[in-house]
Amino acid sequence: MSSSLVDFWRKFRRNRAAVAALFVLALIVLAAAFGPLLYTADPFDMLGRPTQPPSQRFPLGTDVSGRDILAGLIHGARVSLLIGIVASLAATLFGVLVGAAAGYYGGALDNLLMRGTDFFLTIPSFVLAVVLVAIFSPSIVSVTAAIAIVSWPSVARLARAEFIAQRDRDYVQACRALGMSNLDIILRQIMPNALPPVIVVASLMVATAILTESGLSFLGLSDPNVISWGYMIGVGRTVLRVAWWMSAIPGVTILVTVLCINLVGEGLSDALNPRLQQR
Amino acid sequence: MSALLAIENLTVEFTTTRGTVRAVEGLSFRLERGETLAIVGESGSGKSTAALAILRLIAAGSGRIAGGRILFEGSDLLTLADDRLRAVRGARIGMIFQDPMMALNPVYTVGDQIAETLIAHQGMSRRAARQRGVELLRRVRVPAPERRIAEYPHNLSGGMRQRVMIAMALACRPSLLIADEPTTALDVTVQAQVLSLIDELKAEFGMAVLLITHDLGVVWEMAQRVVVMYAGRKVEEGPSGRLFTRPAHPYTRGLLRAAKWEEGEGRRLSEIPGTVPSPSDMPAGCAFAPRCDAAVSRCRGERPALGRVGAQREAACFVAESEPA
Repeated sequence: MSSSLVDFWRKFRRNRAAVAALFVLALIVLAAAFGPLLYTADPFDMLGRPTQPPSQRFPLGTDVSGRDILAGLIHGARVSLLIGIVASLAATLFGVLVGAAAGYYGGALDNLLMRGTDFFLTIPSFVLAVVLVAIFSPSIVSVTAAIAIVSWPSVARLARAEFIAQRDRDYVQACRALGMSNLDIILRQIMPNALPPVIVVASLMVATAILTESGLSFLGLSDPNVISWGYMIGVGRTVLRVAWWMSAIPGVTILVTVLCINLVGEGLSDALNPRLQQR
Repeated sequence: MSALLAIENLTVEFTTTRGTVRAVEGLSFRLERGETLAIVGESGSGKSTAALAILRLIAAGSGRIAGGRILFEGSDLLTLADDRLRAVRGARIGMIFQDPMMALNPVYTVGDQIAETLIAHQGMSRRAARQRGVELLRRVRVPAPERRIAEYPHNLSGGMRQRVMIAMALACRPSLLIADEPTTALDVTVQAQVLSLIDELKAEFGMAVLLITHDLGVVWEMAQRVVVMYAGRKVEEGPSGRLFTRPAHPYTRGLLRAAKWEEGEGRRLSEIPGTVPSPSDMPAGCAFAPRCDAAVSRCRGERPALGRVGAQREAACFVAESEPA
C-alpha cells in the first residue's frame, strides 16, 4: 500500500502548478486551524474606527463597523473550508452510493435513481441552495446540507458511469464465480476501481462548495453567529467605491483558495488517470 | 450412479433489440466425478453461455435461463437460494476464464485475491489464508511464491496470471472446475504448461473438469468425452477417441478437417464455408444445413433430433454415420 502512495506522489509531483497550489492550500489550512490561536482578535468586536485602510494595528484595515478584517479572514477560513469540505464529503458519499447502486444493478432501480437525480439537475443549483437555506433558516448545518444537496447529482452520474463500465468486466464475473455477494463486489471490488475519477470530481467540488457558500453569505444567507468570506464581501459592498479593499481582500482570498483547490484537483486527475499511468 | 453434474434441457435466452434469441437451446449432458468433458464449438455456438449458466452468471439485464435443470451434487442450482448458491460458487465449483488479465482485480495483490476466497468460504484468518495462498501458488508452480503473492496482477505474465486464477479456483478444493477457454489468451508454449497443470491438479484433487474450448488439440489431450455444440444446440456427443476417429456429424467432420486433423502434404487449409447463423435468424431445418456438404432436402425443412450413433454416442443429423456395432 505504501508503495502505491509513493508511486502516486511521484506522479503528482510532476505537475508543478499542483504542487505549488498544494503548498498554498496547506498554508490556508494551517491559518484556519491555528490562526485564531495566534491572532486573537475577535472578528465580531468593534476594535477601532470603521473603514480604516490597512495599518500597523489593523494589517488589513477595518470594515464598516470597525471590525478587524484580518481576524475576519482567519475565522472565515475555518467556516469556508469546513463547509466546503463537509458538504463535498457528504455529497460524494451519497452520490457514490446512489451511482453505485444504479450502475451496478441497472434496470428499474437505475431508472428510478437516475430520474431522481435528473430532477435535481434540472433546477439551477444556486437557486435551489438559496431556497433550501431560506426555508430552513441559515445556520452552518443548513448551509452545509443545502450545498451537499445541490452537489451530489453530478457525483452520482459519474459513479454510475464508472460502475456500468466496470460491472461487466471479467474480474467482476470472476468474483461472482467465487461466491462473493453483490454488496462485497460493489464496495470492495468495484469501488477501488471506480473511485479515482470520483476523487478528482470531489476535490473540485470543494472549490465549488466554497464559492456557493460565499454566494449564499453574500446574499445574507449565512449563519449569523459565524463570520465567513462571502459575508465580508457583502459587508464591504456598500462602500466599494471608497474602500475597495474591504471587498477585494476576502474576494482575492476566495479566488486564491478556489484556484489552488482546482489546481490540486487537476494534479490528482493527472496522477490518478489510468491513461496517463504509463511509466 | 448419479452424475456429479447433470444438465437437463437447459435453455438460455437473451433479449435484444431484435427480439428474444436463444443462445442455448435444450442442452443436456452429464459429467461424472473425476471426468473431463469438453464442450467444443465455434464462436457463437453457445458453449461459453452454457458454462456461465451453470453458475447462474448470465447477466441479469439482458439474458435469462428460460428453462431446464442443472443438478449438481444432488441439488438444482437453478432453484437454489442466493446464499446457498454463493456457497457453491468458488467452494464446490471453481471457474477460470479466458483472459486472466481481465479476470483479476487490478487494485489488489495476488495474495489478497486468493485469501479473499479462503476467508469467505472457509472462515480462515487472514494470516492462515495468506500462508495457504503461498502453498497454492507453489502448487500451481509459480516461482518464488513468497514474493509473488505481494505483487499486483499487472506485474505478472499471462501464464502466471492464469496460474493465479487456477490457484484461486482450486483454493477450496472444488469437485468441479469449469475452464472457459483457459488457454486462448496465452502463448502457445505456455498453453501446454497450463493444460498439463490442470490435468495434474485434476488427478490430485479428484475433481471433474468442464473444458470449454474451440481448440480440438486441447480436447484430444485433455478430455475423455466431448460435446459438440452448434448454434446453441448439442449436435454430437461421444467419447473423445472414437469421436475424433469416426465423427458422426458433418459439422464435427468439418471442425476436424479445419483443425488439420487429417494430415496431408501441401493441401490447402480446409475451412467450413460460411459462419454460424445469428440466433435471431435461424434456418428452418437443421441449423448447419446451409453450410453442410452432406445436406439433403429433408435437412432444410425439418430439424433432426439427437439419436444414437453408437455406444455412448449420439448425434443430431439425418445423414449421421453410425458406428458399426
